Parts: sequence; structure tokens; C-alpha cells
Amino acid sequence: MIDFKLFIDFILLTFILVLAIAIARLDDLFSAVILTGIFSLLTACLYLTMDAVDVAFTEAAVGGGIATILLISAVALTTSKQQPSNRSCIPACCIVLLAAITLIYGIFDITPFGTGNSPVHQYLADRYVLQSPTEIGIPNMVTSILASYRGYDTLGEVTVIFTAGIAVLMLLGGRESSDTKQGNANKDT
Amino acid sequence: MRHYLILRISAKLLIPLILLFAFYVQFHGDYGPGGGFQAGVIFAVAFILYSLVFGVESTLNIISFDMLRILSALGLLLYIGVGIAALLLGSNFLDYNVLATEPVSGQHIGIMLIELGVGITVAAVMLLIFILFAGLGRPS
Repeated sequence: MIDFKLFIDFILLTFILVLAIAIARLDDLFSAVILTGIFSLLTACLYLTMDAVDVAFTEAAVGGGIATILLISAVALTTSKQQPSNRSCIPACCIVLLAAITLIYGIFDITPFGTGNSPVHQYLADRYVLQSPTEIGIPNMVTSILASYRGYDTLGEVTVIFTAGIAVLMLLGGRESSDTKQGNANKDT
Repeated sequence: MRHYLILRISAKLLIPLILLFAFYVQFHGDYGPGGGFQAGVIFAVAFILYSLVFGVESTLNIISFDMLRILSALGLLLYIGVGIAALLLGSNFLDYNVLATEPVSGQHIGIMLIELGVGITVAAVMLLIFILFAGLGRPS
């Protein structure tokens, strides 16, 4: 009798690995962007198997939706083919291999997924889970932690999004002003 | 766009449903998965779908560019306003307990208001970035 969850995890991770290799090896940027959207969708499925529904929702909406369309617009603004580079990739491969070996060595120190005595479930998480129904009273505990217990961090997140909007506005929003300045200068002379 | 009849009609059928779903996710973030971020993104996606099918100029006829800039700041202002209201009522910054006579009701009110602020800012900024990438954001 196979373990169904392990089977699903295995299939999802295999697809994600194949997609990552394909995205890195593609020259056509449009196809790479579409594959990035599929990558985000598979990651959302992975979060779903771990019972993290809010995170999966956000990943599917933002990664599979908005990020894909913004990347496609960026590809339309710039070029659609990656420029060929003739630098050797051996140093980069060595560094990535070193990082991978370090991470895999570190995995053996982590407690297995879902056990009760991992550090994540110890200090504050117990207090939030136990006190949230009486102190805040809404069923969705993710929202109560995000909006009430950690409301200040969410304020920082919204400020980051607003700053991103301002940055794009400054970079791409002022192109008409130089033309109008030229037109006014021509009118004066 | 006269040739793309199927695209136009299916977009016209889908866009109200997407907007309704965005409002559902926004206001039921307390009871199910969702909240401000997801709802803002889905709301912006409805407008982006409209601009993909009918052109970005028609989208700018519906909601002007100045309105988007104002809305993106308004959501953040609402969030900080809730925090300052808690300050003015005598407690700490972003302490929702003082917003109503009972602490639990105050928490409900505070969470609903800040999620609204988050949703407004996220929707406006996503649409703003898309319109700027499409090349039509000019200061008027």
C-alpha cells in the first residue's frame, strides 16, 4: 500500500525540478515566463499538501497570475530572446553545488515535518493558537495572527507594496513630460 | 477586436464573477482563507483581463490614472489611520481593543478596516504597475 501523500509530493517535486531546469536552459524569454507561472502553480499545490491554504491561495494568485502578466509585459517592453553569453559557467556551478551540499547536510538537523516539539511550535505559536479564540474571536487563525498579533509587520508589507508602486511610477511614469517640455520650448522660440 | 467574438463574450461573462469573488475573499477573510492581499490581487486581475481584451485606453476611461494613484495611498492611509485612532483613544499604536466597547468587537472592527486598507492598496498598485508597463501612464 503506497503512501498517497508521499506519492503526490514526489510527483509535484519532480515536476518542479524539471521546470526549474527548463527555465534555466531556455533562450526564449516568453516561454520561460510561462513556465515560471506553471512553477508558481505547482508550488501552490505543494503548499496545499502541507495544509497551508492561505499561503497557497496567495501564491496561486500572485505568482501564477500577477507576476506572470507583469513579466510578460516586461518581456514585451524589452527583448524576447536572451542574449548569448560566452562566459564559462564552471565557477557558478561549483558555488551552487557547495551551497546544495551545505543545505542537504543541514536538513538532517531539522526535526521531521509536523512533530510537536519543533522550535516553531514552542514559544509564541502556542500562545497564539490557544488565546486567539478568546482574545480575537475569528475562526481564521492566520488572519488573526496576520492582522492583529502581527499587525505591525503587515503594515510594513503594505508599505513595501506601496513603495514598489511609487518606484515603478518614478521609473516609467514620466516619459510624457520630456516631450511636453520640448513642445513648450519650441512654442517659446 | 471585432474578430475575437468568443474572447469578448467570455470576458464579459467572467469579469463580474471575478469582481464578486474578489469582494467575497476580501470580506470573508475572517472565516475562510483569504484577506486583503489575495482579494486585492484578484480585483486587479479583473481589470487586467478587461484591458487585455478591450484595450488599456478603455480601462483608463473606466478608472482614471489619477484615481489609481490616490487609491494606492488611501489604503495605506486607512491602515495607519486605524493605528492612530487607537493612539487617540488612549492605547498603543494598532491596539484594536479600544476601538469598541468590547475588546472582541474592537478586534473585529480593526481587522476588517485594515484588511480593507490592504485590499485597496494592493489592487490599486497592481493595476498601476500593469498600466505603466503597458506604456500609458502619463502625468496629466
